[in-house]
Amino acid sequence: MALCTECEAEITLESSTEVGEIIQCPDCGLDLEVISVEPAEVAPAPEEEEDWGE
Amino acid sequence: MRIGILCSLVRKEEKLLFDAFRSRGLDFVRLDDREVILDLHQRQWDYDVILERCINHSRALHTLRYFNDCGVNTVNTYEVASTCGDKLLTTLALIRDEVPTPPVLVAHTPESALQAIERLGYPVVLKPAVGSWGRLLSKVNDREAAEAILEHKETLGSYHHSIFYIQKYVEKHGRDIRSFVVGDETICAIYRTSPHWITNTARGGVATNCPVTREVNEISVRAAKAVGGGVVAIDLFETPDGLMVNEVNYTMEFRNSIDTTGVDIPARVVDYVVEVGRG
Repeated sequence: MALCTECEAEITLESSTEVGEIIQCPDCGLDLEVISVEPAEVAPAPEEEEDWGE
Repeated sequence: MRIGILCSLVRKEEKLLFDAFRSRGLDFVRLDDREVILDLHQRQWDYDVILERCINHSRALHTLRYFNDCGVNTVNTYEVASTCGDKLLTTLALIRDEVPTPPVLVAHTPESALQAIERLGYPVVLKPAVGSWGRLLSKVNDREAAEAILEHKETLGSYHHSIFYIQKYVEKHGRDIRSFVVGDETICAIYRTSPHWITNTARGGVATNCPVTREVNEISVRAAKAVGGGVVAIDLFETPDGLMVNEVNYTMEFRNSIDTTGVDIPARVVDYVVEVGRG
């Protein structure tokens, strides 16, 4: 279980979660990047940059 | 086969691709572009193929160039990323190959940009040469708006925003087409419908299935070949004179198009990656 870096809500990762995936804190809505799945660890997601896209 | 996947953040598309590789029993190595250190003197790599899925265009560009220079096959190639990542280069490639595309003028100062806009005639669309997801597009309907936007871009933007890419506005009556090309085939297409003139699904456009007609397939494959081929998504306008290519995307997003079209897009991409890896 990971803790939201903003509101410290407890976040349980789904079994299919990948490192690098962006998830949303169910309590405060902050976008979080999954840094590690075993053990579960999250960090604030990076801000969108000008050259992001497809 | 040794497969690399270059990415950083994992979007829905990357998850689907990971799953598609794993379901075939294909191992892959993830290369995080935030952690990669490119030793330009190291020339030997044992990857058969690298699939590029960066969210940052600049990182994709440099890393693809490096690996291509080292002789590593990539999907897509540096050439494709370079051409598709810059709207000016995309338009030049389309024009060179006589693929229908709306009229475009490029200028480098607000004064010449204003002249170019008036030469094309209102409305026009001002776009950053590098950018995606419909961000920072401006539909310019009259001279007053043009003067204001050009001043804002010159004053507030980075130097990229002083490269004025000016496209004649095409009335699309609430929808455009996105087609998906893998190799020599248009594997599927969607309509993107929105009451807003920007129809990107990232901006709220709604996806529905678009039949791949002979015309859709032909112009899509021609556009893909013009930019160098591979796995690309083509944005098409429907006009009274036929289809026109608006843009070509080289790290295509497809989450809204699998159920919509019934085509397993990640599986088709994996097939292509394996084909390239076999050489």
